[in-house]
Amino acid sequence: MAVESDWIERLSGELSTRGAALADLRELLLAKLRHAFASSGDDFIEDVTQEALLKIHGSIDAFEGRSQFTTWALTIAVRVGYTELRRLRWKDVSLEQVTGNTDAIDAGRVDSQNEPAASAIRRQLVEDIHAIIEEKLTEKQRDVLQAELAGMPQEEIGRRLGTNRNAIYKLTYDARKKLKNELERRGYSKEDLSPA
Amino acid sequence: MDLSKEKVDALLSFLRQTKDREATCEDCLSAMAEFAETHLEGKSIPESLKAIEDHLEICGECKEEFEALLKTLREL
Repeated sequence: MAVESDWIERLSGELSTRGAALADLRELLLAKLRHAFASSGDDFIEDVTQEALLKIHGSIDAFEGRSQFTTWALTIAVRVGYTELRRLRWKDVSLEQVTGNTDAIDAGRVDSQNEPAASAIRRQLVEDIHAIIEEKLTEKQRDVLQAELAGMPQEEIGRRLGTNRNAIYKLTYDARKKLKNELERRGYSKEDLSPA
Repeated sequence: MDLSKEKVDALLSFLRQTKDREATCEDCLSAMAEFAETHLEGKSIPESLKAIEDHLEICGECKEEFEALLKTLREL
């Protein structure tokens, strides 16, 4: 097995050297992914390893040497694995199903309305949050936020909207910023934003 | 859009952690290996990686991947 400093040289080398390095890296990834995804089958591990190898080899130029090469490679492989795992877990769930699920809404509002007078601030906060969401967020921000709060992974939200996880993160970040700024403008402190 | 009490609480938790500037999932991926090694060595997190630490607090997906990475690295 290659020592850490050899990996880049070997993976960028002549065909035979590169082939041997890829075989070594494949063995390493297989062993580690079996540990990380212990409850997944061998086919899943094999597929993830293969896809991760392609991604790692294709992005070697992005390796900046700020960590061990194998740590960097494992980081990519773990993301590939979780991306696939989330895709499989959510494959039968549409965005409409999670954004349209309002079953618990009334209960939530009733709960807040039934709280004693001491929680008036909380009731007002909940009302303000709903108002800000309706007035300040875009329809897309509302859908994405609702899907995220329903537990749908950003990667999967992105897949359904034809974009990627990073773009979804930015979208929800902008939504959170708008909400937070507007709540602060209305006089709420950080302490007021504590969960009930 | 209406939210249940649980979702309001989850949203409030997100809002409390929202910073003026945040690292994205891509930023996190590119620095996660360095962050994980620093973490495993028990060193204090340098300023250059603070945004990654904050991101892991708010992004459940990156946190899940980070914890899986730590698990595999501990076996190395």
